[in-house]
This record gives sequence, C-alpha cells and structure tokens, in this order.
Amino acid sequence: MIDFELSENVKMMRQMTHAVAEQAMRPISREYDEREHEKPWDFLNMMWEVSRGTSFGGGSERKAKDAAREGPSEKNFAMCTSVEELCWGDVGLYLSIPNSGLGGAAVAAAGTPAQKERFLARFSSGKPKWGAMAITEPSCGSDSSAIQTTAVRDGDHWLLNGTKIFCTSGLMAAEKSEGFVVVWATLDRSAGRAGIRAFVVDAGTPGMYVTKVEKKLGIRASDTATIVLEDCRVPLDNILGSPEIPKTSEGFKGAMATFDATRPIVAASAIGVARAALDFVRDTLKEHGIEVRYGVSPHKLTALERDFMEMEAQVQAARLLVWRAAWMIDNGMRNNLEASMSKAKAGLVVTQVTQKAVELLGPLGYSRQCLLEKWMRDAKISDIYEGTQQINQLIIARRILGYSSKALS
Amino acid sequence: MVNFKPTDEQELIRETMAAFARDVLRPQAHEADERCEVPENVVQRAWELGLVQSAIPEALGGYGDPRSPITGTLLLEELAYGDLALTLHLLAPRLLTIPLLLFGTEDQRKRWLPRFTGDRYAVGTAAFVEPRWDFDASSVSTRAERVEGDYVVTGRKCLVPLARQAEALLVYATAPDGLAAFIVEPGTSGLVIGEREKNMGTRALETYPVGLEGVRLPAGSRLGGEGADLEPLVNASRVATAALAVGVSRAAFEYGVAYAKERRAFGVAIAQKQAIAFMLATMATEIDAMRLLAWEAAWRLERGQPATRESCLARDYASKAALKITDDAVQVLGGHGYIRDHPVEQWLRDARGFTTFDGLAIV
Repeated sequence: MIDFELSENVKMMRQMTHAVAEQAMRPISREYDEREHEKPWDFLNMMWEVSRGTSFGGGSERKAKDAAREGPSEKNFAMCTSVEELCWGDVGLYLSIPNSGLGGAAVAAAGTPAQKERFLARFSSGKPKWGAMAITEPSCGSDSSAIQTTAVRDGDHWLLNGTKIFCTSGLMAAEKSEGFVVVWATLDRSAGRAGIRAFVVDAGTPGMYVTKVEKKLGIRASDTATIVLEDCRVPLDNILGSPEIPKTSEGFKGAMATFDATRPIVAASAIGVARAALDFVRDTLKEHGIEVRYGVSPHKLTALERDFMEMEAQVQAARLLVWRAAWMIDNGMRNNLEASMSKAKAGLVVTQVTQKAVELLGPLGYSRQCLLEKWMRDAKISDIYEGTQQINQLIIARRILGYSSKALS
Repeated sequence: MVNFKPTDEQELIRETMAAFARDVLRPQAHEADERCEVPENVVQRAWELGLVQSAIPEALGGYGDPRSPITGTLLLEELAYGDLALTLHLLAPRLLTIPLLLFGTEDQRKRWLPRFTGDRYAVGTAAFVEPRWDFDASSVSTRAERVEGDYVVTGRKCLVPLARQAEALLVYATAPDGLAAFIVEPGTSGLVIGEREKNMGTRALETYPVGLEGVRLPAGSRLGGEGADLEPLVNASRVATAALAVGVSRAAFEYGVAYAKERRAFGVAIAQKQAIAFMLATMATEIDAMRLLAWEAAWRLERGQPATRESCLARDYASKAALKITDDAVQVLGGHGYIRDHPVEQWLRDARGFTTFDGLAIV
C-alpha cells in the first residue's frame, strides 16, 4: 500500500541524528571548514562511541533471496533518512565520521561471510577506525574500467602497484587508524572490465602510502587522499570475488552493484545539504516577516516566493526518488535505474538550490558569517562523486533504452 | 512505514485503465483531436468501467467502493497516457459526484448521485476557472451573496467541460464565509452558457464559457451547506492535474524513446547519441519525480490531512515538468515532431494547459 508515513523506528533515528546534527555538528561546522586537514577529535570520538558497529557511510545490498527469507527491512531507508539529518548538520563532518564507509559497503556487497567477519568486525570495538574505497586514478575517473593499478599474484600474496586519488577518508583509513582501504586493481589490463577486482588492504600495510591530502572547494572537514601502492603485498584471500578472469565482465558488474546501495545514500546526503539551505532561507525570511503563501495564484506571488516554492518542490522530488531507491533495496528489488535517478536528481538539485539560496539572500548568502556559502561549496561534490551527473545520466539512459555500454557510450 | 507499492486492487485497476487507454483511447486520440469531438463508442465503453459509479454508495445505485485519491491518481495517469481530452470528458461527471460524496448534504446526495449510476453516461461538470489572466484558485472572483435566505451568484467562468449537456453544474464562488460551491441546474435564470470554446489543446473536449448573471439559488443548493471548507476539493483538483500531467508526459516520453531507437543518423540510432539519450534520461527521471510528488499529496488527501502545500508543489512541479517533457519529445523527433502525423505536437499543446486546468479533474 502506498504510504509516506515514516515508521516509529525511522522517526526515532531521525530525531537522534537530528540532535547530533544540531548540537554536535553545526557548532563546529564553520571551524572545520576553515581549519582544513585538522580533525575534530572530540566529535569523531563521540560519534565512534555512539555509532560504532553501524555503517553511516556504506549501504547494505540485499539480495532478493535474503529479502524473501527475512521479509522487508528498513535498513537502507533508515540510513538515508539518518544521513539526510547528519548532512543537514554538516556533510564534511558526516563524511569524516569513523566507520567502514564505502570500503565497508564493497566488502558487504562482494565479500564472503568469512571476509565480512574478518574485515568488518573491527568497526564495532576498540579505537575509531575508517574504511575507504580507492577507485579513481590520475588518468581515470568515471571510466573505472580503464584502471591501471595492477594486482599480480606472487605466491600466497597479491602485489599491488599503482596510484589512487580522491580517496575519501583515505588518510584515516590507510594510516591513522586500524581500518582498511578497498583498492580496485586489474589482474590483466588486456582483459578490460573482466579483469578488475577489489582488494582489501589493511591500514599500515607496507607499500601503501598517503602522498597527498587535497585542498578542496568544500567538504573540507573530510580528507581526500592520494594513495600510492608500491609492491604492496596483501594476502591472497583479501580479494573480493573470484580470482579467475571470466569471459564476461560479471565480476566488474558485481563491484559496480555496490553503487546501487550507496548512490541513494550519497543522494540523501545531498538532500540534507539542500534542506539546510532551504531551512536557512525560510527562517531568514520569517525573521523579516515574510511567509511563503501556498495555493495563491502564481501571478500574485513575489519572485522570492516562487523561487522558494520551486526549490522546495525540487528538493522534495529528489527526496522521494531517494526514498524509493532505498525502499527498493530493502525489499529485494533491483534498483540500478532508480539509484542513478536519485543520485542524478539530488546532485543537480542540491547544486542549484544552494546556489539559488545564496542569490536570494544576497550579501548574507555570500558572507562567511553564515553557513550558506559553505553549503553551496559543499553541495557541488554531490554532483560529482559516486558517479557524476553525466555518468548517472548514462546509466539511466542505458536502462530506459535497453542499451549495453557498447551501444551507448 | 513508507511504501511505494500500490495494493493488488489498485494494480488491477491500473492495469484495466492502462489496457483501456492503450486499446481504446490512444487509437482514437488523433482523430478526436482533429475533429474536435469525442467518439461515442469511447464514452459508453468507459462508462462501463465504472469510473464514475464506483465511489457512489450502493444505496444510491453505485458500487460503494470507498473514494481513494491515491487510486484516483493512478487511474488518471493511465487514462491521460491514452489521451487527455478524452479522459477529461469521461471523468467530467466526477467533478460533480466527488464533491457531492465528500461534502453533499443528505438531500443533495440523494437528489443528484443516482443520476450517475444508470446504464448510460450522464454528464456532470464544474465551473471553476475564470476568464482572467490572474485567475486565483484561492480566491475566485465569482461572488455569492446572501439575499433573503437565498444566494445570488454573479461572475464569469470558462473552461467548463460539457456545460451544455450537464445534468447540473457545480459552480464555485466566493461566499461571505469563503469558498463555496453551488449545484446549478441548466435552465436556471441568469445562467448563460456561451458558444463552445476553441482551445489550443484538448481539442476534443467540449468546453464552454459560463456567465452567472445574478443567478438566484436556494440555500439548499450550496454544497454541504454553510461553512463547508472546500479546500480539500481544490487540492484534489491540483493532485488530479499532477496525475494527468504524469500520464501525458509518459506518453510523450515513450514515443520519444521508440522514435529515437528507430531513427538513424550518422550511422547509429539517434538514441545512441548522448545529446538525445540524456534528454530521455532526464525525462524518465522527471516523470518518476512528478509521480511521487502526486502520490504523496494524494496520500495526504486520503488521510484527511492538510495538503495545500503538497498539492500545490505537486501540481506546479508536474505542470512545468510536463511542458518541458512534451517539448523535449517534439525536439527528439525534430521536424517530424512538428508534423501532426505524429502525436507529440498534440501532447505539447495538451500539456501547455496544465497550468490553467484547475478544477477540470478531481481525484
């Protein structure tokens, strides 16, 4: 039955995460935007204590047969609503929260039960830890099939060689905690997609170095690292999936399926930022006695009201697409198309809504005294990482047209 | 718990409507548009689907299914996918029956609803829109004044579907205590139905200007009596507009997809070019977005919650998106899209109306 009422459980989680956002994130939001590359340790330790064992960064893919056995869950849905709240607080700080992150999502999606236990158990105890995902390279971003990093078998180890960039929480995962980095590498460059595998590289593994931490437009509280792998030796069973190179690219597709779970979450984070901007504009207008009027002829509305309503509708449209994509995984449905739709829409909406919000509030919007300008800077990444706007458009187009990646490239 | 799955019963209704739209409405849509008339066989076949009778209580001759804005939203999308003008014609009686079901007094319901439960299509309609550029659904200019226990209604309406054949018109006016609606019978003194209007789109739908020149009506003709808050009706109309916009958009989108996969340029199907493929991808995303907004607003209506904000956002979003999507569909077909041999130009003309169609349909 079509229903838009949040369950009690989701409402409760939303309340809790909102409290964190409001009380723990907002007060330090500006500070850690300005003090790029410094870590808000009080906040990180606190978040580790309250949320360890959950995965605020990674999604959980549910296979249809699991859903059939366990019945519908609300895991991904609840994650999306919680992430929206946290990112309403601060998306950069949210990204820096210690957890298994995207690396954990990859392990959860493609790992064996033994691998899940071995790599993910650590995120429930001990000191704060981070997981990270390393896909992008200096010469390839969206085209992850062009990965140059190699994995060569050497006895009972894999030898990894290559350079990874734009690795979110890469510094924390590779060097500053007992976490891990999931590194994508090719077993055989001539095999194309079919030869690409993900490898779990534990923090501190010799041969893995962080060589740079990026300076960015936004999300400055989150570290974005360059990771170099030089004859980095990882145990044989740290490979996610089969070491055989099949004739088809199923393995690669399996890895890409991780995105079906994570894209709605990234989209939810974008919604959080967009809502922060909307709320700020609404509150500011209210302080000046301006309330948006609904139901009145557009001819009688001010330009400000019309703009605001347009923004509001866009954000709600994007949010519902996110909810649907998450709901689908929770119910064991394949959501490749819908995940990309949610990400494409939310990435664009948050970018446009925050830019418009800055415009609407003029000098208030532009000033670093308010957080609005920060949100605009933070927003832009939503339209880039975890599949750019264009890549998601490509995926949507292939799905609706029934085209392979060869037919539409 | 949030859920995006219609009930089995709703799925069944949706499938029935989809089949009707595909097999009956769409094949006749072009000719109906060209000839500016609704084929009779369509009307009777649709009547037999029970679109109007279903929500009328059994005691009054209907099927007694509860009225559901969500089901209505699903139904409207499917029918509009077949053809908008035909849909508005077929559903016009609901402009009278649903308000009666929601707000009608016992007398009003008993008097009027049985007329819509017979074997033949019976016409009912509503007069809401007014012929002014700044028409405002939140404060209509038509006035209803109290005179010696009666009401005297004065104003001008337009875009009134099937006004000439209607058993009764539901005329919206601003009364001293807010928005009111009056059941007006044809032939009432001062009710002037003009010449059939000629519109850019939905050409098969007969619409009329209606003048109310001091129409004197007994208090008993006011829908729900004094003090009825009709905002839910206005919102139900907004949601209907959004749902119809989804249907028309989907029609244009699917046609665009089929054409783009067929049409070749530079050695490949044009759908294989990102410039076209991305337009189609955006259209698909926007259609889902507008549908979900419509569902959410309908869901609020169904629960009897305040829904003005959601209904307005859904309707504004959907009417803008539908225009963009149908325009893009014409663009995908290029020169062919401009030729009336293809239906996309009709969908563009039809979709342009959504910003004006307040009160032309209801969920």
